[in-house]
Amino acid sequence: MTMLPPPSPKKLGLVIDLDICVGCHACAVACKEWNDGGQFGPLPDENAYGREPLGVWFNRVHSYEIEPAETTGPAMTVHFPRSCLHCETPDCVTVCPTGASYKRAEDGIVLVDADKCIGCQLCAWACPYGAREYSQERGTMQKCTLCVDRIYNETLSEYDRQPACVMACPTRARHFGDLGDAESKVSKLVAERGGYDLMPEMGYKPVNKYLPPRPRRDGCATQAAPAREEKVDLSTASPLLRWMDRILSR
Amino acid sequence: MHPALSVIFFTVASGSGYGLLFLLGLLLTIDPQSISGNEAIAAVALGGALAAAGLLSSMLHLGQPRRAWRAFSQWRSSWLSREGVAAALSFAPMLAVVWLEWRGDDAVLLRACGLLLAAGAALTVVCTAKIYATLKTIPAWHNAYVLPCYLLLGLLGGAAWAWALHAAYAPRVDVLPIAIAGLALASAWFKYAYWRHIDAKPAAATTESATGLGRFGSVRSVEAPHTEQNYLTREMGFALARKHARRLRAIGLMLIGVVPPLLAALACLAPAFGLPCAAAAVMSVAGGLFVERWLFFAEARHVVMLYYAAKTGTTQHA
Amino acid sequence: MPHANLKLDEPVGDEAKTTTCYMCACRCGIRVHLKDGRIRFIDGNPQHPVNKGVICAKGSAGIKQHYSPARLSKPLLRVGDRGAGEFREIEWEEALALATRWLGDVRKRNPDELAFFTGRDQSQALTGWWAQQFGTLNYAAHGGFCSVNMAAAGMYTLGGSFWEFGEPDWERTKYLLMFGVAEDHDSNPIKLGLGKLKGRGAKIVAINPVRTGYAAIADEWIGIRPGSDGLFVGALIRELLVNDRVDFDYLIKYTNAHYLVVRNPGGADDGLFARDAHGHPLCWDKRSGRARCASDIDMAPAIAGEYSLPDGRAAIPALQLLAQRFLADEFAAENVAAQCGVDAQTIRRIAGELADVAFNQEIRLPQRWTDAFGREHAEMVGRPVAMHAMRGISAHANGFHTCRMLHVLQMLLGAIDTPGSFRYQPPYPKSVPPANRPGKSRKDDGTLNGAPLGYVHAPEDLVVDAHGAPLRIDKAFSWEFPLAAHGMLQSVIRNAWAGDPYKIDTLFLFMANMGWNSAMNTMQTRQMLCDKDANGEYKIPHFIYADAYWSETVNCADLVLPDTTYLERHDCISLLDRPISDADGASDAIRQPVCTPDRDVRPFQDVLLDLGARLQLPGLIAASGAPKYPDGYAQYMVEHERAPGIGLLAGWRGRDGGKSGVGEPNPAQLRVYKAHNCHWEAKIPEAGRYYKMANRDYLAWAKSLGFVASTEAIVLELYSERLQKFRLAAQGHGLAQPPQRERARVEKFFDPLPLYYSVDDEIAYPLSAITQRPMFMYHAWGSQNAWLRQIAARNVLYLHPDTAAAHGIGDGAWVWLESAHARIRVQAQRHAGTAPGVVWTWNAIGKHEGAWKLTADAPEYTKGFLLNHVIDDLLPPRDGYRYANADPVTGQAAWFDLRVRIRRDDDQTSGHRIDAPEAISA
Repeated sequence: MTMLPPPSPKKLGLVIDLDICVGCHACAVACKEWNDGGQFGPLPDENAYGREPLGVWFNRVHSYEIEPAETTGPAMTVHFPRSCLHCETPDCVTVCPTGASYKRAEDGIVLVDADKCIGCQLCAWACPYGAREYSQERGTMQKCTLCVDRIYNETLSEYDRQPACVMACPTRARHFGDLGDAESKVSKLVAERGGYDLMPEMGYKPVNKYLPPRPRRDGCATQAAPAREEKVDLSTASPLLRWMDRILSR
Repeated sequence: MHPALSVIFFTVASGSGYGLLFLLGLLLTIDPQSISGNEAIAAVALGGALAAAGLLSSMLHLGQPRRAWRAFSQWRSSWLSREGVAAALSFAPMLAVVWLEWRGDDAVLLRACGLLLAAGAALTVVCTAKIYATLKTIPAWHNAYVLPCYLLLGLLGGAAWAWALHAAYAPRVDVLPIAIAGLALASAWFKYAYWRHIDAKPAAATTESATGLGRFGSVRSVEAPHTEQNYLTREMGFALARKHARRLRAIGLMLIGVVPPLLAALACLAPAFGLPCAAAAVMSVAGGLFVERWLFFAEARHVVMLYYAAKTGTTQHA
Repeated sequence: MPHANLKLDEPVGDEAKTTTCYMCACRCGIRVHLKDGRIRFIDGNPQHPVNKGVICAKGSAGIKQHYSPARLSKPLLRVGDRGAGEFREIEWEEALALATRWLGDVRKRNPDELAFFTGRDQSQALTGWWAQQFGTLNYAAHGGFCSVNMAAAGMYTLGGSFWEFGEPDWERTKYLLMFGVAEDHDSNPIKLGLGKLKGRGAKIVAINPVRTGYAAIADEWIGIRPGSDGLFVGALIRELLVNDRVDFDYLIKYTNAHYLVVRNPGGADDGLFARDAHGHPLCWDKRSGRARCASDIDMAPAIAGEYSLPDGRAAIPALQLLAQRFLADEFAAENVAAQCGVDAQTIRRIAGELADVAFNQEIRLPQRWTDAFGREHAEMVGRPVAMHAMRGISAHANGFHTCRMLHVLQMLLGAIDTPGSFRYQPPYPKSVPPANRPGKSRKDDGTLNGAPLGYVHAPEDLVVDAHGAPLRIDKAFSWEFPLAAHGMLQSVIRNAWAGDPYKIDTLFLFMANMGWNSAMNTMQTRQMLCDKDANGEYKIPHFIYADAYWSETVNCADLVLPDTTYLERHDCISLLDRPISDADGASDAIRQPVCTPDRDVRPFQDVLLDLGARLQLPGLIAASGAPKYPDGYAQYMVEHERAPGIGLLAGWRGRDGGKSGVGEPNPAQLRVYKAHNCHWEAKIPEAGRYYKMANRDYLAWAKSLGFVASTEAIVLELYSERLQKFRLAAQGHGLAQPPQRERARVEKFFDPLPLYYSVDDEIAYPLSAITQRPMFMYHAWGSQNAWLRQIAARNVLYLHPDTAAAHGIGDGAWVWLESAHARIRVQAQRHAGTAPGVVWTWNAIGKHEGAWKLTADAPEYTKGFLLNHVIDDLLPPRDGYRYANADPVTGQAAWFDLRVRIRRDDDQTSGHRIDAPEAISA
């Protein structure tokens, strides 16, 4: 049903910390692995060992360099995972002609019902974040499920009821929780660190939030003025003698 | 956007088909007697065939065409679904017109069916245009020019077919060539305005805003998530060099806005050339529509490509 | 109904087994979920101390490593020429019989004609011991071309090192300096640690020519010129000395800074410690005004000045000698700035920050402890500056000394195993260096008198003949490379081909891709492997290669033995090898088979034991001559005792499994490991967790587990008397002296204090070229993996935008990258996070066609490339002789000393090309 459900108090989503993501792709591969063998899979890999390997992934990790605007410091490198943001009012749901793409009323997770999808790919066109991928082999759209098959799974331990990407992340840069609850750990993180939406101008109201890199304390801000060349005065007593003198008088 | 031939063929063929059906419906509403039963049936058949061919072609684009029937269900929210419903509903007045014409005229019923046919055809094309125009993610499509362009171009395509058909049935100078000349000029004007609009439109989003990292400086992709292509870069990363675009636009405008009026003028001056001119007009318009539609996709950049942009301050036109 | 088939409670699989990952050298604990007999899902084991539940991209891709078309399926016997890739599948019996025949002949004739080298580590406890039983000197793993500089510098200075033998104090450090850390070793603990540091607001400084990965999230990135880290560190040392920001108390208590060094230029004792009658080093006690044993407490040792010993000789405290060197102008910030590419102001500021954190933000843990000298301490004082270094420092010809310099910097800051600084991981610290010398002669039973690898303490320990010529095929432990603690795998093929120092018969490699990414001068190396002499015989007569995959080296081999994957065998991560301990305890682990092979492959360790038994090697056969470990590695892991009570696995020893570290073999040991997430750990008592090298409780605990032989303090060696002994030998003292050709070299580089020297500046080749490994691939182990290769199937040459502009190079342009040795045609891309003057690429993505079972047009072949082709394995001739391209102290392969130039190709057609010299350069 692609009419959007009324907004739910529970808004499950992810918080991704760009300050500590090292671009290792652990989240991307853990997701691929979890879903390829699970009920939302397989995630086809066409031409897997050939010239143009073309596979479906739900999570992709970019790397950006940023030339600073103000200081004269070095470029920043920021690694950036990109996956479905489980938006509150996403067009990817409303454009779907069959009702395969839908948003769950109870927790806001956006899913694709593969049994209904006709593979028209309009939802991929509607998503600004490239969250949905398609393969000829399968003929239906696939996307992040927020590991809905893990988070409520009674056959898993409490610890394991988290999205695979969150559990995998070695720097612990990914967090999962209810962004609709102001007291939740994730909401507090967002408030404390200034978590932001991607492309808010699209009006989709993403639920996932990104935590910006913290300012780099690299002394560049204090080096805005060119350094005065300090000339070492080599004519006075040698540094060694001065040092020895100090030490011997301790 | 990757110009998929199946989708291009679909919008061109069905746009022209519905354009033809709209003209027929309009004519039947105003003056059902002005067209012979055979010609009317032929018009429905031709328009219907074009529309059907287009729709079939669009199904080729689907991953699971066997489930296409499900696409009628979400008309409450989805323009694609509405398009399907409108297209399906339009077949009713089409069949009704055929039956009425074959049976003999019942002017009142014919007028009514004509009106329904025109409305259904127009509605279908409106829905098609809306699919594109409502996508915020593709700035080149998200503007007020797309709908009038689709309608006008559909009408132009339909009119060209109508002229050829009419020239075959009743070769004499008619209002059609004049209408075509008018439509051609109007379409070309709107298309030109559209291109000027998208060329001048400031970037709604940049890589800086897409990543939210603009607060630190200028942002550039230094390593994509994959060294080879993926579905997104293939489908939405199509890039057309500016010089190719300019050339193709010129060709499109020629085929849409210059050649058809010339042919219309020629047909008016030399009625003996009516049919060949009409046929040539069909080809010119079809060719022009094809180029125009190809460009419509090729010149459109999806905002997701901002995440892959390797130049700073990249906008949708880079 | 929105989603009829949505199942929220599906079990992951039928069962889950724990084991240890093998996708890199991290050895994380993993859970392998199986479904219908196939691997369904691999994730991190939350109960495992190494990774605590996280798992990296490589680990998660293990499924595709296991199910890869590039896997070998059956033993192969070459039928065409070497290099042609033509093989015949044979049965194991035939393969083993053939190997037994070749190796048996060698053993009868001269065991040293077997060169047995392994690439993948973590079975060294077995393979090194096996080589010792066979009796060949010619064994090593891959450390010689990996990071031996960093390991050896540490062992000869602290009795421990970075890498997996030490870690930053993630919980407490306030400032971390990372020098060129490779994103693949110890990676998950490092990532977990970095995440913690950022959360706590600790400052991270990355000193690395490239800003990616860890350096991306660092607060400060210092884009240093490759190989100049020694100058940078030296300048920091100078700043600390000049500003008196030195922990003298720490130096005196825990290092040999106060030891008196004899000054007798020309004499045989010059530069050695002054010692008393019992051989204990002396220091000068200011309180009593005389020389005293340096390890006495309750005195005030001098650290500067010149003193007269009772016997009249002059002596100077070691620290003064250090100060003499580092207070010289050479290390003034202004003078190093240009060469390092780091401005003087930054150097001074960093030194200031280090001092500020170490001294103004010290940590005091309210933990009573007693040191090994007898002093009682009420608290543990910490100087919370931590450091970590890896291959970026190591892979240079000056890497050993640069790393020693780093350790000296740590010592001056009081930042070795104090709260908040670098921490040893048990079984380290050990003696500086450990007592085991490399074996150099054969006993009556044919075995070596010691393991082939060990630590050289004095010139007498070198593995050379009476004339000082190398006895090993790789020339490790010779006067050319005396402290080559990890051997020199990178020299084996060249030397074997050249017959220098002698010809061998059989080259036996295990998972070492020497035919491609692990070799310098790759194309010529392949030629050497396939080269024939005038009689049409191969110069290296027999080549046995064991691997799990069809790597580039397979096509150069005669006999190929297919290994299982890590999911199909028993294995151990032993304290006798490269352990997985953390700073608070000792840990070891096993692998267990989680599925059975679907092809005719056998675990290499089992094969080696089988081969050893067939060869009747002592230690591998029972008294009756029957195999001692017929059940393979699983049996060996449990039953083998390296020393009485000490085996490969430290956990649950003793008949009843109640002993740790030392105890009789426990037949049920593996079962207990499997029940405990495949690992064991023993925590150090609280009072023993810091100052381990001088901590009475730690040393007692370590001795009880068999890690150290004595509970005496391990003194950190700021000044290395051992190195001085080699210098003295080169100057003509002592019984063991270098051959004439080596004298000047040994004299120069065997400096008891850290030294800086650089590769000659090449005007013709003004750029430095380096590589690093992507986080999601390890040792060329990614392209056969369907998922990982989608992340990268090709690599490009990155360069600073200014460098690009200067050469007219835009993104994607094809350029020629040229060294003095060869040139390659590659694609370039701008990267602002690259130091100017440096070009770099990702390691080991480029592949050679015919390997890895990719289609012929795969980008790995046509677009990906290795830098290796342009790196010569020999240095330019000096007086007619060509040394290996390696560090003169340890033989570490100097990969990152590479100097190149670039030129945009006028022809921009796509395509990678290699232009290497035809004839093999001698």
